[in-house]
This record gives sequence, structure tokens and C-alpha cells, in this order.
Amino acid sequence: MTRILVIAEHDGQHVQQSTARCLNCAVQIEAAGADVVVFAAADSTAAVEASKLSGVKRVLLVAQKEKAGSLAAVLAPQIVALAADYDCILAPSTTFGRDLLPRVAALLGLAQVTDIMAVIGPRSFKRPIYAGNAIVTVEVPEGQQVIGTVRSASFKPVGNGAEAPIEPVSVSAALPTHTRFIELQSGSSDRPDLQSAKIVLSGGRGLGSADNFKQLYALADRMGAAVGASRAAVDAGFVPNEMQVGQTGKIIAPDFYLAFGISGAIQHLTGIKDAGTIVAINKDAEAPIFEVADIGLVGDLFEAIKEISEQLR
Amino acid sequence: MHKIIVCLKRVVDYNVRIRVKPDGSGVITEGLKMSINPFDEIALEEALRIREQGAVDEIIAVSIGPDDCQQQLRTALAMGADRAILVQTGTELEPLGAARSLLKIVEREQPELVLLGKQAIDDDCSQTGQMLAALWGRPQATFASKVEIRDQSVRVTREVDAGLEVIEVDLPAVITTDLRLNEPRYVKLPDIMKAKKKPIETLPLESLGADTAVKLRTLRHETPAPRGKGIMVKDVAELIGALRERGLSA
Ligand SMILES: Cc1cc2nc3c(=O)[nH]c(=O)nc-3n(C[C@H](O)[C@H](O)[C@H](O)COP(=O)(O)OP(=O)(O)OC[C@H]3O[C@@H](n4cnc5c(N)ncnc54)[C@H](O)[C@@H]3O)c2cc1C
Ligand SMILES: Nc1ncnc2c1ncn2[C@@H]1O[C@H](COP(=O)(O)O)[C@@H](O)[C@H]1O
Repeated sequence: MTRILVIAEHDGQHVQQSTARCLNCAVQIEAAGADVVVFAAADSTAAVEASKLSGVKRVLLVAQKEKAGSLAAVLAPQIVALAADYDCILAPSTTFGRDLLPRVAALLGLAQVTDIMAVIGPRSFKRPIYAGNAIVTVEVPEGQQVIGTVRSASFKPVGNGAEAPIEPVSVSAALPTHTRFIELQSGSSDRPDLQSAKIVLSGGRGLGSADNFKQLYALADRMGAAVGASRAAVDAGFVPNEMQVGQTGKIIAPDFYLAFGISGAIQHLTGIKDAGTIVAINKDAEAPIFEVADIGLVGDLFEAIKEISEQLR
Repeated sequence: MHKIIVCLKRVVDYNVRIRVKPDGSGVITEGLKMSINPFDEIALEEALRIREQGAVDEIIAVSIGPDDCQQQLRTALAMGADRAILVQTGTELEPLGAARSLLKIVEREQPELVLLGKQAIDDDCSQTGQMLAALWGRPQATFASKVEIRDQSVRVTREVDAGLEVIEVDLPAVITTDLRLNEPRYVKLPDIMKAKKKPIETLPLESLGADTAVKLRTLRHETPAPRGKGIMVKDVAELIGALRERGLSA
């Protein structure tokens, strides 16, 4: 049996969906499931949420002092202290997991498998390289712990199951003070989360301005969709960085992805390869996005936004 | 600060689309345009700006790889690095091996800051900076989009999934760069001439005494399955029809 530890990602109160996706990967490695470790403050509901996820054998709750909770330098030594009991340690391949897990791997003197996209066996996995233009199968040799980050877009989130026990544990590890959390600035919105939404409307440089993006927001609200953007749109200051989709933004897998005024650079396409249906709306019939689109419409995006709103009425 | 080390990887240029070898043993890189990994160029640009603020004396560019990396190091010197170190090896290192080798250079040079890219666009691992920080026992500030040097510390704004996170780390520290940190300068011809006089020290990998044994077995490479051929629609009514056919209920 493979003993797996999944590192939960949460925002202080709620477990992120990336954790449920990571668990799906864990269950594919070991059907009996995995332990989940939650590093959180005493009043957090994250551990309780984690305990309800299907595939969780038990939740290890490690109490943290308030906000320092998500700093890699602080978490890594605590994970190392727990590592001896496990054959495999997984974290989501989000900015949280990508920051943290290599630090853990290095302290353990181990290699890490980044962006697991498929489980071939308990020690062999597929992962993308060259912005997803090639896929490699890698194997972790026998006798070596598996340390991996899990590509969220490749795994559906597990649902809720029988409630697992929550065990408070204390770890003895020297925690550094050389790294301090100052603040998190986020352009919070009520729209669905980009990484879990079923429909995503995305805007590129073609949108032209922050003001024009409002037309896309209005359509998204009508459709219950999340809104994403290309890097060009973020760089131009139309939208905040957390909306960027692509190799260096978010990798997403909605059922429907509608790209408005996005040309389709490979770095952008990397972020949407696993979308169910890709729709491209672009005035340039030669735009590379049409090569990957399931449905393409050549035309003005503003006209299209208006007409879609009218016809969905 | 006395020194900043910038780590530069030679990679296939980001505009080139690579292909997988027919036998699945790797990707074809022969004859392709090679460049400094784009994130590393941003790391170097940031170091240059820190020097322009008068906050550091010397910038050292370090690359691990074959002799051909000299080309990229020359570019770095032309951009403004003061000197360069090439750690020569014919074999591709894993991030842990790269981090262990870089640590040896860091221990020798004692920089206050090490700047790396947040990921190399060939292996897409996004590990080396974090591993170096761990092995060095120093702080890490990954995915940086803003770097403010203070007296004994650096304030870094990080691009995270939830937005922008600000952290403060004591020096010495490791920072990995995201794309929006800055826009790298163009190299001018006189700079290229001047750079010819700047030194590149070459060290065989073995001379560092770092453990670079490969830990993962790569079994095969394959080309991702292509998406099925799409359709073109002539207007929005047809578009909505096609979407409904595929189950859109909005
Ligand atoms: C290392 C690296 C990483 C990168 N990572 C990412 C990433 O994560 N995500 C990302 O998106 N990019 C990324 N990029 C940038 C990428 O290469 C492209 O520059 C970017 O995706 C272009 O954005 P765009 O399609 O919005 O802009 P453009 O390429 O300028 O395209 C705009 C499109 O809008 C169309 N248009 C204009 N007006 C209208 C109108 N009225 N109606 C209809 N169509 C219109 C035009 O025909 C055009 O096709 C990265 C680049 C590098 C080097
Ligand atoms: N062979 C190398 N030589 C110099 N720097 C490297 C090398 N490999 C990785 N790096 C640095 O580490 C960063 C992250 O690489 P990776 O962990 O492979 O994604 C790169 O952007 C470089 O700054």
C-alpha cells in the first residue's frame, strides 16, 4: 500500500478546490486514499471541510500562528517532520504548491515531479514540458519517496464522502523568522472562480480597455461564467493579474471556453488545452486560435457580445 | 549589497515550436534558435536596475550547461553583467542537481541576492530557485512582480493565484521572477563589443563536488493528442445553436 500525504491548500477558512483535485490524483495512485495535512489557525474551518472530502483517511491538523500559515519557508520544515511516515507527498500545482513543494523536496534530498497530469502507476506519471508541446512519462525509482505537484486541470475534484477523523498533531521543527507575510491584495469579485467555473469568457488585447471589459463581465454574469484574460490584456492594465490564463497564468479546464479578441499564442493555448469546447471570436480569420477552436466565428467581438446577450435573453 | 548572482539557462527560444523525436527518446533541439530563458533575462534586467539604483556593486551571471552557453553569457555581459561563470556539463541536470551546483557557486561568491527565473520554459519544472533557497537555508520569494530593496531586507510582491502577495525577506535571499517584473533592455552594438573584454570563467561541473546524480527515470516523450477539427459558424445564432448542441444550458 502506498502511504500518501496530501498538503491541503486553503484560504484560511475554506479548502480550495485544488485540494479536491489533488485527492483525485492520490486515489488513482492508491485506491485506499490518503492522509491530508492542514496547516491552519485554531479557529479555521478548513480541517473540517477537508475531512469531508472523499478519499481522505484522516486529517492531520497542525496549528499555525495566524497568517504565517502559507509561507513556504515556514511550512516546509513542518512537512519534512511528517514525511518519514509517507511514501508519497502531493500538493496542488498552484502557486501555493509550486512555491512550497520544491523546498520540501530539496530538504529531503529528493527530486520532484512537477505538474502530474496522469497517473500511469504508483511511481510513474505523465507531465507536460515545453509549454505542453511534449508530454514525458517519468518514473520515480523504487526506494525513493514520490514528491509531486498535481496539475489541477487534469483531475476532476473528488466529491464529499464519509467524514474522516481529524487528529491534531504537533510537529517539532525549527521555524525561521527570516520571511514575513505583509499582505494579500486581491481584486475580489463575486463571479465564479476561474479554476472551477464551468464556463469561462476570456478577453484579450482586442477588448481594448478596462472599460470595455465591463461588457464581458455583464455577459459573464448573465451566463454564470467566470472571466479570464490573455497576458496582453493584463499587461495593458485592463484586468488584474489573477485573471491571466496560460503558461504563466492559470491552467484551466472549463466545459466551455469563449475567447474574445485573443490571437492564440502557444503560451495562452497551454492554459486551455483541457477545456471541453473552445470558442474563438476574432476579426482576423488567420488568427492561430482558430486552429484549436471547436467553434470559430470571424467577426467583431463587441457585436458578438451584444448579440449573444440578446439571444440568450 | 556587494553581489547579486543571476542564474541563466540556455533554452530553445520561446517562439520556436519543438517536435518530439519519432522514437520518443526526446525532443528535437538540433539547429533550433537558442536563447536565455525569458524569465532569466527578466532576472538579469532586475539586477541591472538594482545596480542602477546604487544598491549593489557587482552582478555575476551563472549558467550550467554545454560550452554553447557562452553565447547566452556573452549576451548577459552585453546587457550589463560584470562577469560570468559557466559550469560546464554535457548532461542535462535535474533541478535538484542544478540547485546543488548553484549552491557551490553561492558559497564561493557569498552574494546577498540570487535571482532566478520562476521556471525554465523547456522543462517547465519551476523548482530550482526554491531548492537553492532550501539548501542554502535562506528565504525565498518566488514569482516576483515587484522587488524593493531595503537595508537588510527585500520587500517582494508575488503573483499568486489569489492576486498579489507582499512578503518581506531578510538578506541574503533567493528571488524568482515572473514576467511582469520588468521589460528587459535591448543589447546595443557597442555593448556587445565592450562585453568581449569581460571575463567568463569556466569550471567543469565535476570540480564543484556537488551531487548531481539523476534521480528520475524518463521513460518516453510523446506528442500531445491533437484536438479534433473544429467548425466555423457564420453568425451568433449559429454559434449559440452549436453551443446548445454541446450542452450549454445558459
Ligand atoms: C515566457 C512567456 C510566457 C507567456 N505566458 C502567457 C500566458 O500565460 N498567457 C497569455 O495569454 N500569454 C502569455 N504570453 C504572451 C503571449 O505570447 C501573447 O503575447 C499573448 O497571449 C497575446 O495576447 P492577445 O491574444 O490578447 O493579444 P494579441 O496577440 O495582440 O491578439 C489580439 C487579437 O484580438 C483580435 N481583435 C482585435 N480587435 C478585435 C475586435 N474588435 N473584434 C474581434 N477581434 C479583435 C486581433 O485580431 C488579434 O488576433 C507569454 C509570453 C512569454 C514569452
Ligand atoms: N542549467 C541551468 N543554468 C543556470 N540556471 C538554471 C539552470 N537550470 C535552472 N536554472 C535557473 O532556475 C530557474 C528555474 O528552472 P526550473 O526549475 O528548471 O524550471 C531558471 O529560470 C534559471 O534561472
